[in-house]
Amino acid sequence: MALQSLDIARRSATTTESPSVRQTTEVAKLIDVTTCIGCKACQAACMEWNDIRDEVGSNAGIYDNPRDLSAESWTVMRYSEVEENGKLEWLIRKDGCMHCAEPGCLKACPAPGAIVQYANGIVDFHEEYCIGCGYCITGCPFNVPRISRKDNKAYKCTLCSDRVAVGQEPACIKACPTGALQFGSKQQMKDYAEERVADLKERGFKDAGLYDPQGVGGTHVMYVLHHADRPQLYNNLPDNPSISPMVALWKGIAKPLATLALAGVALSSLFHYITKGPNEVSKELEDELEKEEA
Amino acid sequence: MTNHWVDIKNADVVLIMGGNAAEAHPCGFKWVVEAKKHNKAKLVVVDPRFTRSASLADYYAPIRTGTDIAFLGGVINYLLTNDKIQHEYVKAYTDFSFLVKGEYAFDNGLFAGYNSDKRSYDKSSWGYQMGKDGYVVTDPTLQDPRCVFQLMKQHYSRYTPEMVEKICGTPKDQFIKVCETLASTSTPDRTTTIMYALGWTQHSQGSQMIRAGAMVQLLLGNIGIAGGGMNALRGHSNIQGLTDLGLLSNLLPGYMTLPGEKETDYRTYIDKRATKPLRPNQLSYWQNYEKFHVSLMKAWFGDAATKENNWAFDYLPKLDKVHDVLQVFEDMYQGKMNGYVCQGFNPLASFPNKAKLGAALAKLKYLVVIDPLATETSEFWKNFGEYNDVDPTKIQTAVFRLPSGCFAEEDGSLVNSGRWLQWHWKGAEPPGEARNDVEIIAGLFTRLRDLYRKDGGAFTDPILNLTWPYRIPGAPSAEELAKEYSGKALADLPDPKDPTKLIKKAGEQVDGFAQLRDDGSTACGCWIFSGCWSQAGNLMARRDNADPFGNGQTLNWAWAWPANRRILYNRAAADPAGKPWNPKRKQVWWNGTAWTGSDVPDFKPDSNPADGMGPFIMNPEGVARFFALDKMNEGPFPEHYEPFETPIDSNPMNTNPKAVSNPAARVFKGDMEVFGKSKDFPYAATSYRLTEHFHYWTKHCRINAILQPEQFVEIGEELAAEKGIKAGDKIKVRSNRGQIVAVAVVTKRLRALTVDGKKVHHIGIPIHWGFKGMTKPGYIANTLTPFVGDANTQTPEFKSFLVNIEKA
Repeated sequence: MALQSLDIARRSATTTESPSVRQTTEVAKLIDVTTCIGCKACQAACMEWNDIRDEVGSNAGIYDNPRDLSAESWTVMRYSEVEENGKLEWLIRKDGCMHCAEPGCLKACPAPGAIVQYANGIVDFHEEYCIGCGYCITGCPFNVPRISRKDNKAYKCTLCSDRVAVGQEPACIKACPTGALQFGSKQQMKDYAEERVADLKERGFKDAGLYDPQGVGGTHVMYVLHHADRPQLYNNLPDNPSISPMVALWKGIAKPLATLALAGVALSSLFHYITKGPNEVSKELEDELEKEEA
Repeated sequence: MTNHWVDIKNADVVLIMGGNAAEAHPCGFKWVVEAKKHNKAKLVVVDPRFTRSASLADYYAPIRTGTDIAFLGGVINYLLTNDKIQHEYVKAYTDFSFLVKGEYAFDNGLFAGYNSDKRSYDKSSWGYQMGKDGYVVTDPTLQDPRCVFQLMKQHYSRYTPEMVEKICGTPKDQFIKVCETLASTSTPDRTTTIMYALGWTQHSQGSQMIRAGAMVQLLLGNIGIAGGGMNALRGHSNIQGLTDLGLLSNLLPGYMTLPGEKETDYRTYIDKRATKPLRPNQLSYWQNYEKFHVSLMKAWFGDAATKENNWAFDYLPKLDKVHDVLQVFEDMYQGKMNGYVCQGFNPLASFPNKAKLGAALAKLKYLVVIDPLATETSEFWKNFGEYNDVDPTKIQTAVFRLPSGCFAEEDGSLVNSGRWLQWHWKGAEPPGEARNDVEIIAGLFTRLRDLYRKDGGAFTDPILNLTWPYRIPGAPSAEELAKEYSGKALADLPDPKDPTKLIKKAGEQVDGFAQLRDDGSTACGCWIFSGCWSQAGNLMARRDNADPFGNGQTLNWAWAWPANRRILYNRAAADPAGKPWNPKRKQVWWNGTAWTGSDVPDFKPDSNPADGMGPFIMNPEGVARFFALDKMNEGPFPEHYEPFETPIDSNPMNTNPKAVSNPAARVFKGDMEVFGKSKDFPYAATSYRLTEHFHYWTKHCRINAILQPEQFVEIGEELAAEKGIKAGDKIKVRSNRGQIVAVAVVTKRLRALTVDGKKVHHIGIPIHWGFKGMTKPGYIANTLTPFVGDANTQTPEFKSFLVNIEKA
């Protein structure tokens, strides 16, 4: 990969024009589930590069560890044992941010600049602007962002935007021993996926295909699946993900608000909304977290 | 490996059996993925568990643990019965036509010559018929009933698909499907590679499982061929280097062997090993044994090794028996040992029957542990509650812990599974007081030598005369040691073809083992490594991955033993006339005057194919052996024996009570008594590694601990339902030697098999946990395993034993 500009194409709760002079390649990560052995090297690399360490957990009777995404675990492997045509399959899917072309998180986010989308397609959280409202979680059709209990801010995979900016692949890609993780331009990844799908079809997986869901405008993290007709087999990967109607509703409110803000007469009411809104949601979230713990 | 990691990409069929490459060798497994992606290879996995490797397999077949010989014997029978063998290859390159002595026999589970009191064989009948010309008698028509082909056919005719199903629990149709896939490579243009690891070695008949796999490969004509071979995946960095350098009790460097206690005469010792050809025009390369041996003794003892004192032959210990780890701990347990130096080794965790090991260590006066980590062994005396319930006041062993650096904190070479010596450079200094291993050992040696010099002792010569030429005696450098292994000229070496010329001047590094001499004019610490550091410098440090032939041989990447050859026996990749079997896969060939190719020929470079020299140059026959002669302790052909703890109590292959389990395996008194019986311990257990951890090391690392934090065992859904166990429940697992408690992972990946009419469940027991480290504390899995090893290597039977389980 060549050096990438980190020009911001979109910014949460902002209407100022984005820079558009530089031409940056649209990038993508391809997760070829069919050559993934679930070794978790990607999880280790993610922790190391991003300086995040989750708690040493426990075993819940499954291989998945950590058991879920968290503010300290931006990617986890999810293991599913399924039987297809009388044959056992152990489907292992690396879960994490999909870097949607139409990011529900960004659309839902009320904090200006807390969520950005770079011109290369990466969706990034700028935690310094995050107000911890949790709307990004509601907005995400893949249930990815997590709020940290330490600082009440939302975290998720950055697609190693810092590495990509200087022409390196994300840490997980570098660590993957089997080549199940690939990184390049979105077009290159689609071409590569096509070869993989042809090979899988030859091996009898007639429904093999690429997962690049159009309900979110396509994604910058894509999967090659043996059973692309049934993504839910892979630990409930959504069949047809789309942005929650809640977010559409919020957008309906946000737009006039933004217009008012531009007019420069309603700044205080915006702040009022921002501080009032999140409190309620945070409480809900806390309740939910407590419920999970119990 | 006969081949190497990168070469796996050339395979058409990959059989993973007796191993789980995706789990335990994830980086090497990438070459399987390459073979699938770019060579349309089919991956076949045969394993008791549906493993991470199986998750990427084109075909998976289950097998009961410990029954691989029955399965492979069935494959041999299938290939012979269905005529799926590479005829020209086996005829020219194996012992198919060799005649075996008339007294050799096999009857009801035992080969001729068994002594049940000694649990061993008189192997004198396991040999060839010799002609008056001093060569083996052969029958090229293969009709003689005493020829190896006929004997083998007869032996394996008993291994029918029905018998395979009965013993292994592998449904017949699934077994046949595996046979068909393997058989598809019996043509010269297709190859199978076999990848195996501790899933074969860690059985009481492990070496014979590997032989059986090698026999399948020979029948298919897949040895010596790119994309073929018998590929042992070595589990530790640097376990290949360990065996290469002769760190096993009966070995000298380069797979030379120590003399036995009756071999006190130097000439007899050499002559026995410098084997003369058994067929006309054969190379029998071990005829050079003395050159390698004398060069080794010169490297070790310098001027003190002279022709007059038989190159210090008396300095070498003469073995009464093998002193493998099980034997050493048995001796310790018997109170016959005062002290033990334990370097880079955590036996309390990694050897079987923890209770016995702990009791043995408690009988020592002192224990020295050299390790980067605070191992369980170093704290065997400390109480860790249920995980190590001992009374420290009753243990008097003095324990010295010498902190060492780890591999990343020193320069040196590591030998990978593919025999590549790859130089590496240290990434950091060892922390705190830690010193690297060489420095610790050098410190111990120089101090001991000074004490012997001052105070004397019984036979001090080998210690006082050991060559110690290092710049800093207390810290020999990796470079100095590597150069010593590679070897040098001690005097000017004249060219044998033209004595007016010198091939090396005194003091120069030699180019390889072909320049070594038996007159004391060369020194070489490990003949198979000879040439790794020549006058051209450190060839192990090369990093040129140019691959001019596109077959992954990359001769300028690092350095492979022997002589930088990438594929062993590669002469067999060409037909008897010297033409590649497969024109698309050219390796080495005869160009009319010499052998040449994309690899360094593993052959006499100027041997005209017309002379009929065989490709297996280390064997005095020049060919590969199906019939192992007297080289294996339990018989010349692999025969199925049950694990010592068998869930079916009998061996369906025979009715002989002496031949249920390996009749020639060594079992110590007291250990036979604690083998469990199926009525008390009905489940077949097997132990193994997980990708997330490396042995008992990485539980000391936070990241690995996060990825796999807590001890678990795996059980099938059916058994779990029967026992009322749900995923996440704590369960007790008991063997006749102890118990552990762990979380249950309930899975579809372990299924009951029907064996000899009986339903057999497997219990999967990952190792890795213990009472030290960052993970949740756990039990040592080897609390459960039996104290018995393979009859040849004494590798413990970690892979097949019996347990019972209950909800904790």
